[in-house]
Amino acid sequence: MSFTATKFAPSPLPLNSTIPRSNDKPLSFSFDHFKPHPSSSFLGSTRTLLRFGALARPHARTRSSSPVSAVLLQQTSNLLVTKEEGLELYEDMILGRFFEDKCAEMYYRGKMFGFVHLYNGQEAVSTGFIKLLKKEDSVVSTYRDHVHALSKGVPSRQVMSELFGKATGCCRGQGGSMHMFSKEHNLLGGFAFIGEGIPVATGAAFTNKYKREVLNQADADHVTLAFFGDGTCNNGQFFECLNMAALWKLPIVFVVENNLWAIGMSHLRATSDPQIYKKGPAFGMPGVHVDGMDVLKVREVAKEAIQRARRGEGPTLVECETYRFRGHSLADPDELRDPAEKEHYAGRDPIAALKKYLFENNLANEQELKAIEKKIDEVLEDAVEFADNSPLPPRSQLLENVFADPKGFGIGPDGSYRCEDPKFTQGTAHV
Amino acid sequence: MSADPKVFLMGEEVGEYQGAYKISKGLLEKYGPERVLDTPITEAGFAGIGVGAAYYGLRPVVEFMTFNFSMQAIDHIINSAAKSNYMSAGQISVPIVFRGPNGAAAGVGAQHSQCYASWYGACPGLKVLTPYSSEDARGLLKAAIRDPDPVVFLENELLYGESFPVTAEALDSSFCLPIGKAKIEREGKDVTITAYSKMVGYALKAAETLAKEGISAEVINLRSIRPLDRSTINNSVRKTNRLVTVEEGFPQHGVGAEICTSVIEESFGYLDAPVERIAGADVPMPYAANLERMAVPQVEDIVRAAKRACYRSVPLAAAA
Repeated sequence: MSFTATKFAPSPLPLNSTIPRSNDKPLSFSFDHFKPHPSSSFLGSTRTLLRFGALARPHARTRSSSPVSAVLLQQTSNLLVTKEEGLELYEDMILGRFFEDKCAEMYYRGKMFGFVHLYNGQEAVSTGFIKLLKKEDSVVSTYRDHVHALSKGVPSRQVMSELFGKATGCCRGQGGSMHMFSKEHNLLGGFAFIGEGIPVATGAAFTNKYKREVLNQADADHVTLAFFGDGTCNNGQFFECLNMAALWKLPIVFVVENNLWAIGMSHLRATSDPQIYKKGPAFGMPGVHVDGMDVLKVREVAKEAIQRARRGEGPTLVECETYRFRGHSLADPDELRDPAEKEHYAGRDPIAALKKYLFENNLANEQELKAIEKKIDEVLEDAVEFADNSPLPPRSQLLENVFADPKGFGIGPDGSYRCEDPKFTQGTAHV
Repeated sequence: MSADPKVFLMGEEVGEYQGAYKISKGLLEKYGPERVLDTPITEAGFAGIGVGAAYYGLRPVVEFMTFNFSMQAIDHIINSAAKSNYMSAGQISVPIVFRGPNGAAAGVGAQHSQCYASWYGACPGLKVLTPYSSEDARGLLKAAIRDPDPVVFLENELLYGESFPVTAEALDSSFCLPIGKAKIEREGKDVTITAYSKMVGYALKAAETLAKEGISAEVINLRSIRPLDRSTINNSVRKTNRLVTVEEGFPQHGVGAEICTSVIEESFGYLDAPVERIAGADVPMPYAANLERMAVPQVEDIVRAAKRACYRSVPLAAAA
């Protein structure tokens, strides 16, 4: 008996065809009340795409048949924010901007050290999303985390002091610029490696579902926001977590801060299909693109995505197209970005845009905004003074916090736990 | 790269940005984007691609922007690269170099500041090199690229900014250093100090201080963590009868522990004092500058340890 090759050859599957399955249902990803607006003036990376030419499928974004909603706000006569909300957003953005400017000043004065990544230009994303959260909701950030911490409510004093490496910092000087944590504010960390924060954020969202479904805490409705950049969207952990989050309908929003550059690597040179929001539907979740230089647009998208998560309807991927006004870090000579591109985005400063909106809609006057700026100046002067006058971490701190239970250091030569040795608590023990 | 067209460099920011630390400056211009490849931020992906290319006969040099990021690719370094020659019974060799800055940096906190020498040094199938000077970097990197096996090449971020005298011999195009051979940087007769990478400089400074106090220290630059030049170390200890090991990494299961074992196994009878081990503190790297300084070895620590090894005759319990 002989086997013929043809007998066992698999029947070829036609490429690019979908095999119908009995339980197939059409998936709808649009946020219903957001309608694609084909004549939007916001082109962002699409414009860049055209300029670079090579990867062009620029029409894809506005194709109405796409399951992905390219969210652009309709012009309506209704105001997007109340006066109070508008002023709160303005204050948070000013705080973020001025704080980072102060950091640059302090870095050059030698008060802070290492890698310091500033957030200037991206404020609309942090403010637009985080200001909608409850205190119990979680934020997971990256190495560019100062402003996320501030928006989440960590006091300027604590953040500044951490950057100064002082004992009064939010992590007592042990974390530093890239590693801001605050349990009180549910800031679950700044993660310094690309993609690392996403699984951790997904785990936080998983915890909420577990609380509700396994621990019977019916009121558990906390949402987690995972912030990361365009560079991260080529990393496996991103895809792995989109899958699990959608699979398990976790209450999380994946917030891509697409600032178009990963250090000196242009997003377009790094990504086969640069439209990141399109990756959401591939995993069965909505993918939304929003102008990340417009805090009000970000806020509208964020509202729906956060509510969706809170209602238990699962995750959303939001691509905020934004721009950083400074180099990758204060050590980056920033030589590769086109000055014309920088100028283009400088002209779209999100703070100026909000200011304009507030004025045009009579939500605020010059004096009110000036008063906010003055207040933030004072807050930051105070934060710097506080950090400067704070004590350095004592020697004893070196060996603290390695373990939640310091018995983890093991048993010493005298048979008792090393951590019980007075030299240990004084920080003079040799371990 | 000019000698062998199969050699190519890939990693994050190695091309247009000229390297995050400008180490690959000029290479893109000289060899073009086909041989100097900017990758997305996907360590697991591009390290694995490098390994696959090496399976198939190319000689990739994979740069990690820092070795801290190699943790995202460690599966490929260990499982795909280090074990393949053995698993395939010698059919598939993996001539790849993983290189980048390693060790404690300054002010960058726990995730960006640690030494991987003992991590990779523990893995059969890998060679682990740790250059100290410009001569080391040139000679060892060439050896690493020509080597038929996977090499982990641990540079030091803080040494990038340091200059070293270079001999005409080292500048010669034929210059290359052997893998697995340590270098005696300074001869001495009273105590042996072993060190690698940045700590060699600290050991040499300590030796100068000790010389002023009448102690003659021999400083060994290990150059290669795996294979480890046990004979150079043991020969030195048999001469000086005392040993101080210095490393930046964590103390437990570290490079010093391995050296200590080697000396105990081979030269136990020659030791006149317990071995002194200087290592980083057994904690993740703190950010605050004062704590950070306490967490990494300082020249004074080496001097103190050498003196303890030279003067004391009775071993003390814990060296507090």
